[in-house]
Amino acid sequence: MKLKKNIATSESGFVFNPSSGDSFSLNIIGAEILLQMKESKSSDEIKKDILNRYEVDKSLLEKDWDDFMAQLKDNNLLEF
Amino acid sequence: MKDTSIKKLVIAVTGLNAIDSPGPGIAVIRGIRDCKDWDVRIIGLSYESLEPGIYMHDVVDKTYQIPYPSAGSEALLNRLIHIHESEKIDVIIPNFDAELQNFIKISNDLKKIGIGTFLPSLAQLEARDKVNLYHFGTQHNLLVPADRIIYKVDDLKSVIDQFGSPIVVKGKYYEAVVTYTLEQAQKAFHKLQAKWGLPIIVQQFINGTEINIAALGDGKGNTISAIPMRKLYITDKGKAWAGITLEDKSLIDLAKHFISVTKWSGGFELEIMRTADNKPYIMEINPRFPAWIYLTTGAGQNQPEALVKMALGEEVKPYTDYEVGKIFIRYSWDLITNIEEFQKISAFGEL
Repeated sequence: MKLKKNIATSESGFVFNPSSGDSFSLNIIGAEILLQMKESKSSDEIKKDILNRYEVDKSLLEKDWDDFMAQLKDNNLLEF
Repeated sequence: MKDTSIKKLVIAVTGLNAIDSPGPGIAVIRGIRDCKDWDVRIIGLSYESLEPGIYMHDVVDKTYQIPYPSAGSEALLNRLIHIHESEKIDVIIPNFDAELQNFIKISNDLKKIGIGTFLPSLAQLEARDKVNLYHFGTQHNLLVPADRIIYKVDDLKSVIDQFGSPIVVKGKYYEAVVTYTLEQAQKAFHKLQAKWGLPIIVQQFINGTEINIAALGDGKGNTISAIPMRKLYITDKGKAWAGITLEDKSLIDLAKHFISVTKWSGGFELEIMRTADNKPYIMEINPRFPAWIYLTTGAGQNQPEALVKMALGEEVKPYTDYEVGKIFIRYSWDLITNIEEFQKISAFGEL
């Protein structure tokens, strides 16, 4: 799953979809994930980075990851 | 030192009613004033004594009242000839749907006395009229919701049987009401009939995101500018109080397609409802600039400036880029004036 090319993101977690005019605010982790997705990193690479830097259980990360991707998809921020 | 090479222009503009459901005049003037190619004197043309633009002296240099559209084109022409004798107008930009027919009818007479306009033809105006919109859409391969044109309140029941509920009940010129029951539809029918006359247009309800496109055609089928905007804040009258420019090639292509098939001359606005499966239904085509037109200037495509240049007979190249994510936020402002000003415009028709 990739972030749509035209989605604008900022380090502060502000996300803007220029096709729909929708904007969103993400927390720090969400912002980090989106910035890494923008750099075309794979899901595995991003998850590995999170596991290395934060104290988080792998199964919990997987669950939260799926929830987050579902939200991105629902808000038309992903391309397939 | 003042640059004497800058052209002096006198431009007359209607639609000075900068109220909660605003006319486009003030926004059009701001676009014109932003252009540095000319030194401009703005003449306001008003219908009522409390149109705020009349009193905004840093925006409008002088205002003259003109006859209501119902007085006909001859009365309008006579008044404009009188104003022209004092003001030597170069270009007139009418901004109300209801006045356009008269202005189009007299555009050749205005040209003869040196006043330029850049308006659609009467045939173009008629074709996109609410009453003809569905036929127009099917003719040109544009998605338009099904509608029924009705003259009797009793017809509403069969319309609801046909389209289901809700439906959109629309006035001949302005206003639309979404109704969920027959009683609500009947109430809307009577209200809109009293205000705008018959017929009433009843449209199938389309659920989706409201998007508007402000565009400008050169009359030869070319698009000079097209900018899509999504309403971010909508008033209870359905007007945008804030909006943001969008990046969407399909919307720009839609405006280009409209201009190409109609050879539209002048500014217009497409009101779009984009459904969840991304289908852009055209809900209405307004044959003049929208009230939010200054956003096009802010985003880098000054449509009022381009229209003035075309009205002066200059060749204008199509704009290619604009800033996406540019936002307008409307605000209200209490202008303080004196009774003398109100008296002048009311008694003498000039201020």
